[in-house]
Amino acid sequence: MPEGKSKKSGAVMVLGGGIAGIQTTLDLADLGYYVYLVEKKASIGGVMARLDKTFPTNDCSL
Amino acid sequence: MVEAGRSPNIEILTSARLEALEGKPGRFTASVHQEPRFIDDDKCTACGTCTMYCPMPIVDLFNERLNITRVPHIDYAQAVPTSYYIDPRACLRINYETCNLCAQTCTAQAIDFSQKPRELSLDIGAVILAPGFGRTDLSVLAKYGYGRFLNVVTSMEFERLTCASGPTEGRLVRLSDRKPLKKIAFLQCVGSRDETCGNGYCSSVCCMYAIKEASVAKEHDPDLEIALFFMDVRTQGKGFDAARERAEEKYGLRVIRARIPRVDQVDGRLALTWTTDDGKSCSELFDMVVLSEGLNAPKDAEAIAEIAGIELNHYGFCRTLVDSPLAASRKGVYVAGAFQGPKDIPESVTQASGVAAMASELLSEVRNTQTVSLSYPEEDKAIESEGPRIGVFVCHCGSNIAGVVDVDAVRDYAGTLPDVVFSRDTLYSCSQDALKGIATKIKGNRLNRVVIAACSPRTHEPLFQETLRSIGLNAALIEMVNIRDQCSWVHSQEPEAATEKAKDLVRMAVAKARLLEPLEKTTVDVSPTALVIGGGAAGMTAALCIAEQGFECVLVERSDQLGGNLRRLVWTMDGQEASKVLDDLIKRVDGHPMVRVMLEAQVKDVSGYVGNFTSSIVKGGQPVAVDHGVIVIATGGRENRPKSYKYGRNKRVLTQLELEESLAKGKGFLKNIKNIVMIQCVGSRGEDMSHCSRLCCAQAIKNALKLKGIKPNIRIYCLYRDMRTYGFSEDLFKEARKKGVIFIRYEPDRRPEVIERDGRIKVRVFDRLLEDEIDIFACLVVLSVGIAPGDNDALARVLKTPLTPEGFFLEAHVKLRPVELASEGIYLCGLAHGPKPLDESIAQAKAAAAKAAIPLAKGQAEVASTVSRVDKAACIGCGVCESLCPFNAIRLFRVNKRRKAETITASCKGCGICASHCPTLAISMGGFTDEAIMAQIHAFAGEKCV
Repeated sequence: MPEGKSKKSGAVMVLGGGIAGIQTTLDLADLGYYVYLVEKKASIGGVMARLDKTFPTNDCSL
Repeated sequence: MVEAGRSPNIEILTSARLEALEGKPGRFTASVHQEPRFIDDDKCTACGTCTMYCPMPIVDLFNERLNITRVPHIDYAQAVPTSYYIDPRACLRINYETCNLCAQTCTAQAIDFSQKPRELSLDIGAVILAPGFGRTDLSVLAKYGYGRFLNVVTSMEFERLTCASGPTEGRLVRLSDRKPLKKIAFLQCVGSRDETCGNGYCSSVCCMYAIKEASVAKEHDPDLEIALFFMDVRTQGKGFDAARERAEEKYGLRVIRARIPRVDQVDGRLALTWTTDDGKSCSELFDMVVLSEGLNAPKDAEAIAEIAGIELNHYGFCRTLVDSPLAASRKGVYVAGAFQGPKDIPESVTQASGVAAMASELLSEVRNTQTVSLSYPEEDKAIESEGPRIGVFVCHCGSNIAGVVDVDAVRDYAGTLPDVVFSRDTLYSCSQDALKGIATKIKGNRLNRVVIAACSPRTHEPLFQETLRSIGLNAALIEMVNIRDQCSWVHSQEPEAATEKAKDLVRMAVAKARLLEPLEKTTVDVSPTALVIGGGAAGMTAALCIAEQGFECVLVERSDQLGGNLRRLVWTMDGQEASKVLDDLIKRVDGHPMVRVMLEAQVKDVSGYVGNFTSSIVKGGQPVAVDHGVIVIATGGRENRPKSYKYGRNKRVLTQLELEESLAKGKGFLKNIKNIVMIQCVGSRGEDMSHCSRLCCAQAIKNALKLKGIKPNIRIYCLYRDMRTYGFSEDLFKEARKKGVIFIRYEPDRRPEVIERDGRIKVRVFDRLLEDEIDIFACLVVLSVGIAPGDNDALARVLKTPLTPEGFFLEAHVKLRPVELASEGIYLCGLAHGPKPLDESIAQAKAAAAKAAIPLAKGQAEVASTVSRVDKAACIGCGVCESLCPFNAIRLFRVNKRRKAETITASCKGCGICASHCPTLAISMGGFTDEAIMAQIHAFAGEKCV
């Protein structure tokens, strides 16, 4: 982390590892930021991982 | 998910919670507490031995308590991180220092009871809150017999029951006696639109998911009888009405408009009693009742709010404003997903990208200061050029494939095929540990061609390609066979035939794999400018957001001023003056050094590909050429102009926007006006346009309340089909009813009529309760006319991009890529995507700006390797390929007075249309050469590979 030139940090914390949290995390990493994804459960995926299929394309939700 | 698990710039902290947040935007310090997993995720191979030996059963929370698991377990096989963990609450070792069976049996020695909680301090520039939603309280469910009657289940439980890897392996049975189900009822609005439990809001997603679950159930068993009990049918999402109508028709779903107050158990079955809106009383017996539970605020919302220092709304969700829907009340803290308000997956994904853009705006000057770039090992050309050594991996997909197809037989058969030196079956090949295993086997056996027999390459091929690249093999050396969709799903009733077909498909894939060749991956430089088409609220927001992230932006507007439809809006849903929002946006756009506004300008032509577009923009009759790397479409929509209901012929028939404009001019307009009739779904959902315009219900209510506020004794009638005041606008619907607005529902086959007589207007409508037509005299008739698509045809032709049947732009994937078009480098937001209110347009504009900024930020775009290639010697320059290419990806140029075709690899999508039409077979497709395809066909014809 280069001090001095800028006081800002190039890392972001995302709280919650559901579909919204994961998408934000991926986009932020693609945009050039380091991301901490903080999830209270033991695995990420949230509710969407528990859905059987998604509407209307019937794709596997994983 | 697995993608997040692989990136070197993403650190996943599980079993962790935020404890404190200090500092200011750009420079926060977050204290995070992390509980131990007691299993080292680097060592764990996810073999499952620990679960097998553990003596302590616990309920399986992942499967909605419908199953049991053991103390050491994994939520589901594809979980990320793919490591088991120990639930400390019931563990004998942790609580009583006995047992230790798991640690003794773990061959990987991954179990580590010495792990302690960790306290982390993270230096971060921005915070994003996406904690999701909470579940409906048990006391609410208990009102419907949940907990007393086994066959009353929640919609989440039903979701697990229909799932092939769920507790019943997808068999639909009564939980009381495991007998097959015959008749199911879905009860809507459980814990939503219900003042008695404090949740006055609408959860927005339940109507659609109930229809999905009912459809999935009917796919499992076509003889099922299913009834769904709705108050209003709220399927306002893009394409949802059409999907619902298809489902109702295809599966014969019964839709009943009634709210069920209670569930009784009679003779082992469940009795429902209801009154329909025409006053009839009915009762029926069902085998199972599914409670469509709503989305609550997360359980820990208050704690999060306190720690993060943000405000909640009166329902406990994060408070945001219409003009800044993703910003929490503390600067530098943003919110996405259901915590911002109940919403479905596409909207959550949209907001997720939107907040990424917000954080990126804040932190643009420190971009790339803390990231590392992913590097792959050098390709091992020596192995690649050896004769084919093929490995075949056959996936069980839990029971999804193995429940029908004899996976062992397919694996053994694959082992007998020519050049196959290795074959293996895997439980879930897409799980992180299985991918690791595949990589090890490829290396260990010096494999140089790989066949994966599993699910769809559309969703999973990139994963396996990554695996190959990670061990120094070219990504093109893989072939996928879809034995799930094409065998176990479609032939679920004929397991033997399905197995034979799987063998055929594997044999064909092996024949092709023998001829696979490495393909080169190329990158192109990106011109760091964005072109935003359309200067309304969405376009301005997107342009500002891209500029704030540090990239130049050209904003093209057809008319002579910025603002679009926002110019006509007077009040926002949360009572702000729309003109202030508009003026603020325009001021910021005009003052931004990175935004160049072109008014009275139109995009006439676009050539090039992601990173290197050149557009011809006509302004004042003069074409100007602009180079840019990406395109954002924000061309908007327009107020529909109906031909019906005497609109345009009687000046007392107005649209909602016209009413708003008149009201803004002053109260005088309401002098002598006593009765107002509002008619919903004029134009939308049938008459002129098939889609639901999503915002008219809330807009009508907003205006009705405004009228009541100015003149409390005014009488307002609202004639509607379904009131779709989803989310928190349900509050306004309730307020309108309290203030005496009268709502009368009509059926589409008995629409209201506007009748003029002796200079007066009356509206005739069929009242379902009275079973008769009533006439309402109206001083004004206000029509909710809906949103029509703009003139998108010309632009769609220029960009060679498809439109929906309704005339809106079509996104790449309705759920997971809602703001991207299928063509790379083109993004979409606002009404050009579909009707939506202002806050959703703004969030979507931010999302489009995030996606558009990704190639700009990377500076380089990677080009897909499955592209067409022209053999210049064989090409006769006929131009068939150029005229047929849907992506503008092949063009003719002159070489020594002869015309020759050439592929623009960055634009090519690898569809193969050019190759299949080329009369001289001069075009071949990477990964799909004629030889390989012929080999596949020959392999299909006979056991012997050619």
